[in-house]
Amino acid sequence: MATTLSVKRTHRLDIEGHPLGETLRNALIVTRREVRDSFRDWRIMAPILGLTLVFPMLAQGMTRIFTNFFVSNGAAPLIDNFLPLLPMIVGFFPVSISLVIALETFVGEKERRSLEPLLSTPLTNTELYVGKAFAAMIPPLMASYIGMGIYLGGLIFGAQQWRPELELIIQILILTTAQALVMVTGAVVVSSQTTSTRASNLLASFIIIPVSMLVMLESFIMVTNNRYVLWYIVVGLIVVDILLFSMGARIFNREELLGRAIDEINLKWAWKLFWGRLRGGPNVRTLADWYRYNVLPVLPTLRPAMVIVAICIVAIFVGGFVVARVRPDLQIPDSVAAGQTNLMNNFKKVIEFAGDNPHSVIAAVVQNGRVLLAATILSVFSFGVFGVFFAIVPFGIVGFLLGQPALAFLGIGTFAAAIVPHSLVEVPATVIAASAALRLGMIITRPPEGQGVWEAFVLALADALKVGIGIVLPLLVLAAIIEVYVTPHIVQMALGG
Amino acid sequence: MIEAEGLTKDFKDFRAVDDVTFTVPAGSVLAVLGPNGAGKTTTVRMLTSLLRPTSGRASVAGYDILTQPAQVRANVGVLTEQHGLYERMRALEYLDFFGRVYRLSAQERRKRALDLLERFGLADATNKRLGEYSKGMKQKLALVRAMLHNPPVLLLDEPTSAMDPQSAKLVRDAIVELQRDRRTIILTTHNLNEAQILADRIAVIRRGRIIANGTFAELSQRFVGDPVMEIQFAQPLNGVAKELASMVEVVDSAELSLRYRTPDPKVTNPAILRKLSAHGVDVITLSEVKQSLEAVYLQIVAEDEEAEGQAQHGNHTQR
Repeated sequence: MATTLSVKRTHRLDIEGHPLGETLRNALIVTRREVRDSFRDWRIMAPILGLTLVFPMLAQGMTRIFTNFFVSNGAAPLIDNFLPLLPMIVGFFPVSISLVIALETFVGEKERRSLEPLLSTPLTNTELYVGKAFAAMIPPLMASYIGMGIYLGGLIFGAQQWRPELELIIQILILTTAQALVMVTGAVVVSSQTTSTRASNLLASFIIIPVSMLVMLESFIMVTNNRYVLWYIVVGLIVVDILLFSMGARIFNREELLGRAIDEINLKWAWKLFWGRLRGGPNVRTLADWYRYNVLPVLPTLRPAMVIVAICIVAIFVGGFVVARVRPDLQIPDSVAAGQTNLMNNFKKVIEFAGDNPHSVIAAVVQNGRVLLAATILSVFSFGVFGVFFAIVPFGIVGFLLGQPALAFLGIGTFAAAIVPHSLVEVPATVIAASAALRLGMIITRPPEGQGVWEAFVLALADALKVGIGIVLPLLVLAAIIEVYVTPHIVQMALGG
Repeated sequence: MIEAEGLTKDFKDFRAVDDVTFTVPAGSVLAVLGPNGAGKTTTVRMLTSLLRPTSGRASVAGYDILTQPAQVRANVGVLTEQHGLYERMRALEYLDFFGRVYRLSAQERRKRALDLLERFGLADATNKRLGEYSKGMKQKLALVRAMLHNPPVLLLDEPTSAMDPQSAKLVRDAIVELQRDRRTIILTTHNLNEAQILADRIAVIRRGRIIANGTFAELSQRFVGDPVMEIQFAQPLNGVAKELASMVEVVDSAELSLRYRTPDPKVTNPAILRKLSAHGVDVITLSEVKQSLEAVYLQIVAEDEEAEGQAQHGNHTQR
């Protein structure tokens, strides 16, 4: 008789209905198979073995040559800055193989058509993804650690008698691991969006080039003896790892993997989707309809992003204020404060020149508009980070100025008069624009259920444009009018005519 | 048991499966026939919870494909269109991997794997890498993989397509045995003879829609008409032929044979025999002319094409 297998439905630490321990156990079944498969593939093993065993020895030779060169040219003190560089390079080369394995395990399996039987099993998407990601990482990471061990062993026990700090070793190990994770998770994203190894290898340059540049930057940091900066890079890499991992886990779903048949850029479909979302459904006939049925309903979807942006604004404003107070080296010098009358006169001149001037309205709209546009564009390439950053920087500057003891003579009333009237309109416009940009940048990491990455991005782009044209732009125009025609008069009143 | 109701799947602006509804009772085989790209594989993928339907619902082995995907997949054995084996592995190692995934115990994994390999004639090839297997052997191993965890439901896509006649018979016998064992099976195939032999019901799918669904007898009756009987005589009929023509619809006649169509052979055939006997005509054989599924299938598709042509013509005229 047939056996009916039951799968438990709920658990406290469930991931897609499986308890955490079970998820890891199942993921390791996949990992074990994949690793075994990798070890049988000479195309993978030959470079790993070469880079693990041969490259550290070559690096040893290079170290000797460089050391002799430094010594003979009277630059012996620089050797200590140079020596930590090579373990990192020795560790990086085998790790770069993880990219090849990740591309091979995902796209390769798709290409060989062996993915569907695996997808037809009760393994969850997370188990498959984690299992495969581990499999792509384990052999190269092991090779990397062994390679570094061989190289360091040579330096420590060989002629150099080098005694590296423990912190340096830990730093290099963490950097190497974080970089491997970035490459693997990036490769998963790439491989789930392509259907051939050829296409994914081409796209992999988007991973290997930035990571190589990062390694060069890390090398520069090491040589210039600013190793504390590497900890910031580690934090940055971990954040990118988390974002890419979340994106990869979201993208690595059965539907996305099986639904994609060919690598094609379907611009017609994308345009239709974009235009349909931007224009709205058949019930949109007038401008009022467009706002009612198409633009305003976007605002609730931006609510989580708005909360993040608002928190960031408050944080940077307070941060700017606090920095101005506690860092005397960043405060406006007393000499400037001494020329209060001069400062005040310049301030009044600016107000007289810019106030009641229609050109100032255009200038303000263009300035604010292009900053928000640039922030939105950069947001796409930074998972939304720059979208928020550029929009909130002015708030930090305002907080910083407000915190300057030298400007205290202007009084809070003057500041309020100069900022509040148009800010009542400009701040909501900025928050909405930054939220739309943040959502646009983040959407690729977590596309909504049932939507592919490209589809979700096109829809979010249409939403951002809708909100930009329908809400942000009119608010910016209104804010500029207030800033030019109302704010100067209030400031003048605050300054006593 | 499998129940599908209004299953629809859209890929961007293309509708791959359109409002598909059917039921496959426990212990029966449904053959899904249709041209390439008709939506058979997409339907199977939805039933395996690999693709999420755009609309509609289905349950497989009592589990909902939308809300209980893991349970569905745990209770289904799938033979995919492409065998998709890991070519660097060996058979036992390969089956052990899938056995672990399906949570079989070590003992169970080994026993099931060895039994099935033996049954499908692969026992001698367990030490070979799967890359060295012939196409038919790969297909058989893929079927073994689908049956490994003893699932109550099997979704088999072209199970004998790459096999020699002997292996194909082995697989057909296995399917019959599974059916006897109360497994529910969906068989998608282009081999109409196989479908006719194995299936309890047949569904024809075209352009994502089910255009016919029923037992072979029902479909045959509906699309190619009443059964046709053939009678062979020892001597020419002479004048009796006219009398017979008044009793049944004669579709073909020769000097010593006659073919006629009848809605009710149980009534008509004895009457014909009585008439011939009364006229002293000796009957050598009386048998039903077997309708092939191929004829029925081609008729179903032709009628659908015609209906589609008429609908398109109607649309053009309206414009």
